[in-house]
Amino acid sequence: MRLNLTCRLVGAALLALATGHALAQDAKVADELAKYREALADGNPADLLEVRGEGLWQEKRGPKNASLEQCDFGLGPGKLEGAYAQLPRYFKDTGRVMDVESRLVHCMMTLQGFTFEQATKNWYSKPGTESDIEALVTFIGAKSNGVKINVPATHPEEAKMAKMGEYIFYRRSGPQDFSCAICHGQDGKRIRLQELGNLTTQAGAGEAMKTWPSYRVSQGTVWTMQRRLIDCMRQARWPEPKYLSDSVIALETFLQKTASGTVMATPGIKR
Amino acid sequence: MKLKFALFGALTATIASAALAQSSEPPGGKYAKEAEQMFRNSFREDNPKYWMRRLDQDETMKLCSQYRDNPPRKIGARIEQMNRESIRYPVDGKLIGDWKEGEKLAAVGTGGHIGFIQPDPAGRVRGGNCYACHQLAKAEVAYGTIGPSLQHFGKLRGNSEEIVKYTYDKIYNSNAFTACTNMPRFGLHNWLTPEQITHIVAFLVDPESPVNKD
Repeated sequence: MRLNLTCRLVGAALLALATGHALAQDAKVADELAKYREALADGNPADLLEVRGEGLWQEKRGPKNASLEQCDFGLGPGKLEGAYAQLPRYFKDTGRVMDVESRLVHCMMTLQGFTFEQATKNWYSKPGTESDIEALVTFIGAKSNGVKINVPATHPEEAKMAKMGEYIFYRRSGPQDFSCAICHGQDGKRIRLQELGNLTTQAGAGEAMKTWPSYRVSQGTVWTMQRRLIDCMRQARWPEPKYLSDSVIALETFLQKTASGTVMATPGIKR
Repeated sequence: MKLKFALFGALTATIASAALAQSSEPPGGKYAKEAEQMFRNSFREDNPKYWMRRLDQDETMKLCSQYRDNPPRKIGARIEQMNRESIRYPVDGKLIGDWKEGEKLAAVGTGGHIGFIQPDPAGRVRGGNCYACHQLAKAEVAYGTIGPSLQHFGKLRGNSEEIVKYTYDKIYNSNAFTACTNMPRFGLHNWLTPEQITHIVAFLVDPESPVNKD
């Protein structure tokens, strides 16, 4: 399987080299990359993480020796079917707009008795250090597979968060004059060979948002949306945002609102 | 019949102006000020001050953000004027360097990443990362399409003094020609030195460079 994939990739590169005309070449490269993704989707390594996440969901843990099964993501305690697809949303009990990760951490604190530091210590995995949050989010995300993204942002706090996300999306700064819109504000563009979605349209935002959380081949692990957006800011050469910060939740709200109506297909698999 | 057309015209005009109002509203709308504050407060407290300065916006960045990179002509002209005045030249005045050095810089996309998760090691070479957005030498197929193809740049334009100066100026400060373009202002931010920019100029205009020869 792996060898086959390598052959496909090398084949794609050779094919691209041999083809003279730039447009034909572009289309072929994109086509081969799509085939590569398709082949990988047969056995997404994220499936293993999803299973681990399910275990963590049911396991009694923390100072209160409780499971997460009563955690409410907006559809009622323990109701996970379609929950990811309607986040971020406003929660009355905290008075905040929360995404899947901030809500999960909230539940780890209130239901299981963990401190914020304990709950978020390994919010992303490193070689040799697993992340419970990654596993749980993969599991929770998969429960929205086949469900339409639905973040109308009708609550005033949600509408405000979406607008603030839009502000950040267009905000240029840093030594490369970047904003999100530089790479993600037009249709049909590429950075190197990586296709870029136009995140200002429903089609573009939908294509991007429906597959998160996603297994990233280049990173060898699943990335959550927080991880994804915090890394976007690294790529923009900005300082590092706080995990679960409002800026990231605002961007998520803006993107999910734009993507609404798109059917989720998660966990995804990406470069 | 005439009435129908008039009605249709009025309706179209209303829809068009509504759409225009929608897209010309500054991002964030009435929450823009609050959003700026929220953005600034969203970064880790242990980011050193000199990192945090990267979030400061000069007037160009502020205006481009406000107009979603599509400023009205008058403001665009002001931005271009402002940026033209920022351009500095190498001490020896030579604008064409070594195309082989330029070729290397065009391919390098690393450098300048900060933060705690995956920063660049100190002293990591910063390149122009031209291939991220532009097609250049024919042999490099992994090029992006955010910017126009620059293949045969010099072959098509020649290497007159005027073209060479334009090329240098454009890399030094892209906004001197096109307000709010996607292209970074490499010289203004000291991302590339004037000498490094002359190497990239050579890569683009030298007849021996693979950009023009192949």
